This record gives sequence, C-alpha cells and structure tokens, in this order.
Amino acid sequence: MPDVKKLMYVNRRAPYGTIYAWESLEVVLVGAAFDQDVSLAFLDDGVYQLTRGQSTEGIGMKNFSAIYSALGDYEVTRIYVEKESLEERGLTLDDLQHLTWEDEDEDWAEKESIRLVDRAELADVMSNQDVMFNF
Amino acid sequence: MSILHIVNKSPYEKNSLDTAVGFVKNGDTVLLIEDAVYAAAKGGSVAAKLDGLDVSVLGSDLAARGIAEDRLIDGVSVVDYSGFVDLVEAKDSTQSWL
Repeated sequence: MPDVKKLMYVNRRAPYGTIYAWESLEVVLVGAAFDQDVSLAFLDDGVYQLTRGQSTEGIGMKNFSAIYSALGDYEVTRIYVEKESLEERGLTLDDLQHLTWEDEDEDWAEKESIRLVDRAELADVMSNQDVMFNF
Repeated sequence: MSILHIVNKSPYEKNSLDTAVGFVKNGDTVLLIEDAVYAAAKGGSVAAKLDGLDVSVLGSDLAARGIAEDRLIDGVSVVDYSGFVDLVEAKDSTQSWL
C-alpha cells in the first residue's frame, strides 16, 4: 500500500475531568477510515481511560468507555499500555477492559489488543512512528 | 476557623493536592472531586499523602471513573451531592484548589 503512515495516538489524561480523552477517541475513529497504520499508547493518567466499570449517570456525562472495545473493528489492533504508569497508580491489567481484535488472516482468530510495555519498550515503538498525535 | 479544601485535579498530573494538604489544619476536611478522586484509590503512590487527614470523596465521580468503594484507602468518607453541600455548610469557609 502506498503512502501508509504509521500514526500513534498518545493518551496521557484521565477521562471526564478534561475533554482530551474523548477528543482523542473521536479523532482515532475518524482517522481509522483512512487505512493508515494506527496504534494507541496509554501512559500517565491516560491509563485510567481503559479502566473497567465506569458509570457516569451521576455526573451527567457520556460514558464513552465502551467505545474502546469497538476499536478492533476499526482495525486498531495495537494498544500499548505503559507498565510504570499502571504500577504508580496501583493498577494491574485486570483493572482494565479486555480489548480484542479478530485477525482475518487467521480465520478471524480473536487476539489481544493491549500490549503491556515498559517505558523503554514504548520509547522504541514511538521512535518508529511517522506521526504522533498527543492528547 | 475550619476550612473545606476542595481538590479537583489528578494528583498524578498536578500539584494541587500537595499544596492543599500543606494548608490543612486541625478541624479541616479535604474533599476530593472530579479527577482528584484517584488520590483516594488504594495502592496508588500518592495515597499516603492523605494519611491522618479527614478526607471525603464525591461518589458520583468515583463511579464515573470505575473506582469501587472497596478500593478506597481506609477512613475515607464517600459523599453524594447533598453531602457535599452539608460539608460546605459545616465549615466556616471553602477553599477550591483549582
């Protein structure tokens, strides 16, 4: 495919307190229509975006957490979560949603979308991107 | 003179909680709302900053962020919006550490 760029969306803010998380998700979904090589990174407070059990009735805001589980259908199959950020917040992968995608090259086998990486590994992934969008 | 110290920023991103805690005196209460509720989650590296303080958190903001009440550090009170009003009323003044 010509002109496929490697795009990474870098998410560093908690959901709801500011609009960054929701704006990022909207841009990811729009961008997914353009057949680019898209990945997402969650670090610092961004890891809170992926937590399970969010329920926003009491604060009168849209609960957009369920949309992360649809990213696989938009061919967003690589979601990097930084280990140090989870640990600092007392979280583990079990506190996050289970996100998967289906691999059409392997008879739609269900695969894990989340990749737990440490800071050095994430830095390596970042250094291979063409463009990074920061939220 | 008692003060209700209201904090709404994530303690992992801003220093609002640090500053607020530094101003707390006997009889004061710290109320965590919005992204500040993460401070009260057990196992987090900032939780110790609340040791020995009278701390309340807004339940709606906890629920929005998927933090179950059994994941809170010991001694924290969960309040609803009317409990928020009660706290404001009970203290002599209110300080919002924006």
